Amino acid sequence: MLLSQQKPIEEILKSLEGEMKVFVLGCKGCAEASGTGGTPQVLEMKATLEKNGKTVTGYSVVDFLCQKALVQSRLRGKAKEVKAADSLLVLTCGVGVQAVATVNAKVTHPACNTISLGGIRGEWQGAERCRECGDCVLDSTGGICPLTSCSKSLLNGACGGTTQEGKCEVDAEMDCGWLLIYQRLEKLGRLDKLLTVHEGKDHSKEMPPKGLRHSVHWALEEG
Amino acid sequence: MGFQESLTAGKFVVTSEIGPPKGTRVEEMLADAELLRGRVDAINVTDLQSSVMRLGSLAVCHLLKERGIDPIFQVTCRDRNRLALQADLLSAAVLGIRNVLALTGDYASLGDHPQAKPVFDLDSVSLLGVVKKLQGGTDMAGNALQGAPKFFVGAVVNPGGNPPEAQIIKMEKKMKEGASFFQTQGVYDIPAFEKFMKKVAPLKVPVLAGIILLKSAGMARFMNKNVAGVFVPEPLIQRMAKAEDRVKTSIEIAAALIQGLKGLCQGIHLMPIGWESKVPLVLDAAKI
Repeated sequence: MLLSQQKPIEEILKSLEGEMKVFVLGCKGCAEASGTGGTPQVLEMKATLEKNGKTVTGYSVVDFLCQKALVQSRLRGKAKEVKAADSLLVLTCGVGVQAVATVNAKVTHPACNTISLGGIRGEWQGAERCRECGDCVLDSTGGICPLTSCSKSLLNGACGGTTQEGKCEVDAEMDCGWLLIYQRLEKLGRLDKLLTVHEGKDHSKEMPPKGLRHSVHWALEEG
Repeated sequence: MGFQESLTAGKFVVTSEIGPPKGTRVEEMLADAELLRGRVDAINVTDLQSSVMRLGSLAVCHLLKERGIDPIFQVTCRDRNRLALQADLLSAAVLGIRNVLALTGDYASLGDHPQAKPVFDLDSVSLLGVVKKLQGGTDMAGNALQGAPKFFVGAVVNPGGNPPEAQIIKMEKKMKEGASFFQTQGVYDIPAFEKFMKKVAPLKVPVLAGIILLKSAGMARFMNKNVAGVFVPEPLIQRMAKAEDRVKTSIEIAAALIQGLKGLCQGIHLMPIGWESKVPLVLDAAKI
């Protein structure tokens, strides 16, 4: 899931400067789950824009805005409203914004920031649990990810900044991930795992396969 | 006798730290360092301490070295990736800097540029591993070096860590990766420190107990609340609160701590945090 967060309204209005008529798009996938671009947020955005003197020519909440063909067909059904607009405002992740921008010839604005792939997958909602690092270390950490549970993403144990309450010195609301790891390993009788020295992480594994960034795919998608 | 020689000869050693200024005016800092000449075995130069942007540690270490003072180059992982860290270590070596203290570093959001990208490509343990590799003649990726550096390498430990056992496990890892001495977070509670030293005795590694000069009762309370692992007992806070002359009381407290810690570890590390000029007075009062 792509977790998104709505941009401050001031930033959105600034990006719409000089454009009085706007068509608004939302998504029933991740953006709805993030509470940033589902039907209620689209209606709310419509009202906010109108309050700020804009005309909303129409809106559409598509099942999956990242599905380019679907976006194209939905926009075709709203051709008149889209045509009447100066620009489009999209309340989704960056993929949705790019899908919309690809299938229409008008200026397309993002209304959200995509903040994380979040590891907020499947049915276990709540916290970020996986950073898709491509080099899983859960074996040596009792099944708790130090990348997401430690502010500094340390691999070799707590930094000394664990408070007496067991929180992180960087964020008093956040449990110290390394304390949790220590406690879990202690319970498992596997504190020896903590003696594993992790050399620096291979960050090249964090990058998506190069093929995903090849613009040749974009060219093929044209037309 | 240099810092490394004194420490390895089993002498009781004293280090103090200076914080580079925010800007290019170094005269006051160098004057503070001058006061420490002959009184301490080495001077730690902090690396953008508390994540506040300032003059770099490497340049200041060089200035000290030029003046015949033995610097300890503090290196954190917050601001540099593995390329930059290795390059700075090589730079330090060619400038004649012999002592390195490897730290993870404070988080970027705690300082004056909270928008900065926190790097943490390496951490204290993997950084020590890199220093070891460089000394062995290769870089972190295993490529041969044209000339290898030679360092005396230290690390830090927080005796008040929660739990202390996790800190001790990490100490072992740091030693495995080449740490030959440890400087600690500020210590105020001597019995607690004694317990910690008993636990680390099997590691047989020199430990320099950290002393942070108390500037006021408010500072002590602030540290108790916000600095993980630092615990200033209430009687000390009361003494500071009632002090007519805060500097005098602070010096007395630090000197008494040094006397109490002297038999427990192999040295002390003073962190004056702005009161660098008071360090000689502390050492006078502690009779060292």
